[in-house]
Formats: sequence, C-alpha cells, structure tokens
Amino acid sequence: MTRFLAQTSPVADSTTSVVTPSIDFLGLLPVLLLTAGAVLLLMFRSLIPPPMNLSSPMKTSSVKRLFSFETAWMFVLAVGGLVTVVVQWFRVQDEGPIAVFGSEFASDGLALFAAAVILISVAAVALLLPRFCEQAQIKKAELYVLLMLSAAGGVVMTGANDLIVMFLGLETLSIALYVMVALNRHGLMSIEAGIKYFVLGSFSSAFFLYGIAMIYSTTGTTRISGINAFFADYIVLRDGVLLTGLALLLVGLCFKVASVPFHAWLPDVYQMAPTPITAFMASAVKVAGFAALMRVIVLALGERAHNWQPAVFVLASATLLLGAILATVQNNIKRLLAYSSISHAGFMLVGVQAASHEGVAAVLFYLAVYAVISLGSFTIVSLLTGPDGDGDSATVASAAGLASRKPLLTAAFVVLLLAQAGIPLTSGFMSKFYVISAAVEARSFWLAVVAIVSAVITAFAYLRIVVSMYFTSDIPATADDGIPSDVDTVKDCHSDIPVAADTGKGDNLERPLTAAHLTTLKLGIPAGKGDPLTGAERLPIGAVVVVSVAVVVTLLVGVLPSPLVSLALDASANLLGSIP
Amino acid sequence: MMLPMMMVVWRLTPTDGSRLMVQIVFVVAAVMAVVGALGVIGSRNPVHAALFLLQTLFGVALLFLLQEAHFLAAVQFIVYAGAIAILFLFVIMLLGVDKTEDLEVEPIAHQRFLAPVLGVALASMLFSVFLVSSDILGGSPQFDSERTLDSGITDIERLGRVLFSDHAFAVEITAALLTIAVVGAVALTRSNKSKVKMTSDE
Repeated sequence: MTRFLAQTSPVADSTTSVVTPSIDFLGLLPVLLLTAGAVLLLMFRSLIPPPMNLSSPMKTSSVKRLFSFETAWMFVLAVGGLVTVVVQWFRVQDEGPIAVFGSEFASDGLALFAAAVILISVAAVALLLPRFCEQAQIKKAELYVLLMLSAAGGVVMTGANDLIVMFLGLETLSIALYVMVALNRHGLMSIEAGIKYFVLGSFSSAFFLYGIAMIYSTTGTTRISGINAFFADYIVLRDGVLLTGLALLLVGLCFKVASVPFHAWLPDVYQMAPTPITAFMASAVKVAGFAALMRVIVLALGERAHNWQPAVFVLASATLLLGAILATVQNNIKRLLAYSSISHAGFMLVGVQAASHEGVAAVLFYLAVYAVISLGSFTIVSLLTGPDGDGDSATVASAAGLASRKPLLTAAFVVLLLAQAGIPLTSGFMSKFYVISAAVEARSFWLAVVAIVSAVITAFAYLRIVVSMYFTSDIPATADDGIPSDVDTVKDCHSDIPVAADTGKGDNLERPLTAAHLTTLKLGIPAGKGDPLTGAERLPIGAVVVVSVAVVVTLLVGVLPSPLVSLALDASANLLGSIP
Repeated sequence: MMLPMMMVVWRLTPTDGSRLMVQIVFVVAAVMAVVGALGVIGSRNPVHAALFLLQTLFGVALLFLLQEAHFLAAVQFIVYAGAIAILFLFVIMLLGVDKTEDLEVEPIAHQRFLAPVLGVALASMLFSVFLVSSDILGGSPQFDSERTLDSGITDIERLGRVLFSDHAFAVEITAALLTIAVVGAVALTRSNKSKVKMTSDE
C-alpha cells in the first residue's frame, strides 16, 4: 500500500534530477492500444482515404459491410486490450493491486473488471458501426477514432488513482461523446442533442473540478488511496469544506451516470444519437461512470459513508421511481429504453449505497449484465428502426405484429426485454437480486422496497412492447404506402422536442427524413411488412453476431450466474484502499 | 484598488538595495493596471475598451512577476492577454465595430443602480480578505510549510517538476484530450455530401 501513498517526490533537495514515475506497461497496454490505434487510424485514413462507393450502397456485399478496415482494426485492438486485461487480472489476483503509472493509475479488481466490460462494448460497437456509417452516409474514420479515444478515456477513469487523472479521463470520454452524439444523419435534432449534452456536461465537469479542489483543501492530496489513508488517520472535525467537496463530486459523477435530478440530458441524447453510439453510452459510459463513482465515494470517502449514504439513498430512490414511471409513458422504443436506462442506474446506485464489498461486487455484476443487455437491445432497435431509431417500427404502437414479420429478431428482443424487466432465468433477475440483497445486508430496507416496486413498474413498460409485438394485430393499411405515414409517426414521436414542434421547421425535417427513408428502402433493410423489393430479410452480420451473443450471454448468466458472480467478488476483494 | 496592492508590496519586498527599483516597477505596473481598468469602462469605442483591458492584464501580470509568482504571470500573459482578450477583439470585429450601442437601454433591470453597489461590495470583500489573509494561510498539518515556502526554487521550476513526476500521466492524457478536440472540431464542421444538401434545403 505504501507505494500508492508516495504522493510527492523529493523536490527541494535535488536540483538536477527529476524522479520519473515507474511504469508497468502491461497494465497500461489497454489505454495505449486504444489511443495509439486511434491516432494510427487517423493518420492512415488521412493519407489513404477510403474508396468512395457511398453512392451505390447496394453494390457492397454484406461481407464487406462487416469487415471494413476500421471495424477490423478497432475490433482487433479491443480484443487485444481485453487479453492484456485478463493477463493483468491474474497478476492482480496473485499480487494485489499493481501501480501502473507511478501512483496515478493503477490496476485493481474494480479497474480491470470495468475495463474489460468497456473493451467488450468497444468490440461490439465496432461490429455495428459499418452499417450505421453506410446508412447515414458519413465519413467513417472520425467516428472510429473518437470512439476509441473515448473508450481510452473510460479505461483511464476506471483505473485512476488520482482525482485529476479521473477528471481528465472523464473529459476525454465526454468530449468525444459530445461530438459523436452530434454526428447523426439528421442534422438538426442530433446537433441539438449534442449541444444539450455538451452544455450540461461541461457544467457538471465544473462541479467535479470544484469538488476536487475542496477535497484537496481538506486532505492535502488528490490521490484516491491518499485520501483513503487520510481519513483512516485523521478525524476532520470542522468538515464544512469536506462535505461541500463531497457533494460537488457526487453531483459531477451523478450527472455522468444520469441519476435523477441530473438526468435531463439522457433521454434526448440517447434518442437522437446514432444508435451504435447509444449502445456505447448505455454500456461503456455507464460502466466508466459507476467505476469512478464507486472509487470516489466508496473507496476514497468510504470513511465518511455516513455522510453520503443518505444522499445516495435519496438519489437512488428518485432515480428508480422517476425512471420507471417515465418509461411507462413513452411511445418511442428508443426513448423508452433510454428512460429504462435511468431506472437501471437507480438499481446500481442501490448497490453503491450499501458501501460494502458485496455492494461493489453487486454493482459490477449489474454493470456487466446491463452492458450486454443494452448492447443487444439497442442493436435490435437499430435493426428495427434504421440508424436513428425513428424509422418504421419506432414506436410501441407501430411495432404491432412484428412477431409475425420477424419472428427471430422479435424473440431475441423479448428475451432482452424480459431480462431488463428482471424475469427469473435471465441475467437481469440475478443482477437485481444481488443489488437488492446487498442493500438488505446494509440494512437499507426501504431502498430495497423502492427497488422492487420500481422493478414492477418498469416491467409494465417492457411488457407493453412485448404485447404490442406479439398480441396486437398488424398496423393499419396506411403503413403499406410507406413514406407519408412514416413522416407522421416521426413527427408524433418527436412532438415533445421543441424543434420538431415548431411548425415552421417541421417542413425542413420532412425532406431529409423522406430521403433517409428511401435510403432505407434501397439498402434492403426490412421496412414495413413484407417489403416486395427485397424479399427476405438481409440483416447485417455484425448486428446478428452482437444480438445473438447478447441473448446467449443473458440466458447463460441467468441460469448459471456463479462464474460471473465470483469474478465480481474477486474484483471487489482486490481493491485499492479499503472499505471500512 | 491601489491601496491594498501597495500594502502587499510594502510588506513583501526584500530590504536590500533593489527596493527602490521594485517600487518604481510597482508604480508603473499599478498605474498601467488602474488606467487600463478605467479605460475599459470609460472608452466609447469597444475596440479601445478591449485594448485597455489588454493593458490592465499586462499590468497585473507585471505585479505578479514582482511578487515572484512567475507562473501566474506567464498564465496571465498567455491565457488572459494572449487568448481571452484577443477573443474579445475577434467577437467585437465580427459583430461590427461601427455599430454603436444605445447606452440608455438597460439589458438587465436596475443594472445601472446595481453595478456600483456590487462593485463596492466586491472591492470591500477583497480588501477584507487581504486584511485577514495572514491568519488564514498556513493552518493544516498536511501542507509542509518548509517545502511550500522554500525560496530556492522558482514556482515554475517546482511546477514543472511536479507535473513531470507526480502528475506525468495527467499531462500525457491531456494529449489525447487535445487530439479529440481537433478531430471533433473537424468532424463536426467539415461538410460532407448529405450535410451540404440539407443546408441548401433550408
């Protein structure tokens, strides 16, 4: 532990040499692979631009769609990073936490578990992106570069043993996301979501930064393990500054994980972002946010748990209930999943509130499970509705009779929805079970009750989709002639967004959407019922792989949770700093 | 504004022969800063106001330098004078220099009344902070007073040492952050085919 406490190098006495930090390159490799890979890709694509065949997307075969160069590059790097994480995991199991870059960045159970989930999500999104780029007709390289750098920021956040490093990781993650959210095909709405996310995100970053300053002024260090050790040695009597700093850090991080008073950005951003990016946000970004949250409040400020536990109690209950209730009244499926993601964040906060090893393990388990489920769900949404989640079957009502049109895809969606609802024999049930049992062990009985009530409420929202897909007859005849009715649907589902509600701008929206719809038809993505042009479904291979893996993992973990549970417990047993 | 600054210098200046020089530099810098500040609120031409602001910032940077706060002085030059004031000038130029604003209109209600009140409040608060500041500094056991007040090394050198030893990783991640800023700006502003079509529709 002492090596993590080495806060300052001898400065005053030595005038010539600077003590540079020692580096453990194996532990740094995931970050290095992602950043170096991104920069190399950027250089490569600036020198050799991709062949332009965007004008005739029909000619690209489905095999080529999966194996674009960028996809293969990103996938290989993510898997490579995953391998190094696994190797490092076994080292940590033997030796305990390992200092990777001085004492600023470290490998411990929490960091490696979260980094593994982030890298898996990067690999999955790599498989989804080529189809999106093709449909949205955007230049590819930037999206991949930004995604890899963003993921690198996430990995940095998870392993940060210093609040400043954590802040920089957070910014790396976020700033790339602001851009990616705005890179959607329909300029206006996507850019609006991007700006909304950017303004609110910068605001929350300021909160976080101010919190760091406050904590530093109390403890005299920004190292997480140093703060932990400070509270083990000292009792702070006049703790006004400390509590203010704690509150500010909590606000900054709760914004990132979209806990309820700070959730307002999430539905718009999730809905308007490119769907692969939404999947990335629901999996990797959530993981990074919660890993950072747990490191800051459970590990660094664990001694002050009695101060933050009541606050997290309130945040968690509000998040659970509001997310669940608002999810039930949504019509757009992508937006519904966005609200359900808020509710899931509430469940994870329940585990955080326990402030125990069991709580940390339960949250990690929940994060892994939810990452897989959300990757699968948003992939299916993108398959059903085109790249932006506002195509044919975008709303709950227009998903009617989907089961007869696309039986396999619908079945997979049902499995994932039931898992989100927490039905037994799916991974979602196990994850909710462990989180709630951690809350009960920490004697937060009311929070457990709120969580269970919220699970019941969200189940209604998911079952609405299932009922619509399976037990409702097909859409009325207007759907056959396609375009006009679709535009109406789109307008309906966006009516809560000011830009679309403005009738003057509504006309602007119509044309790009119609053009987009035609593209969708041309590409042979099933639109409406029984598309006569294309006949059989031509699902992109990448998406099929992601969905089938997600479904298999969801069912497997639901039946046999013990391997993943023991991984999560191992992770929470090897933590930097101690949980009191 | 002048009074507290003078008191700072009188208290902190070394007692060797360079005292007179320090006082001369101080007076020059203080006059620069205060005249600049008056010029900002007094000049009718917005470009002149921005240039006066630049003068104030330079004056304050000199004052920092005088107190051996080299890093603060450099930041004052580079960030405030080099970037922010120039940004002001850009905005003024873009909005049109020749446009005169109607000074009778109050964009915020009671602005004209509140401005001097808040100004006096701020000045008195700063002054009171200055008066009690000697009691605030140096309390916590965590701050090693010997190290932080050691005058053998300048603060820039100390900062450099800390940045490249204790916070080397943070420095290196900043590179990724800047890369993202550049790539993101290009990705958002470069128009590809479909974007061009959309804007022509509008």
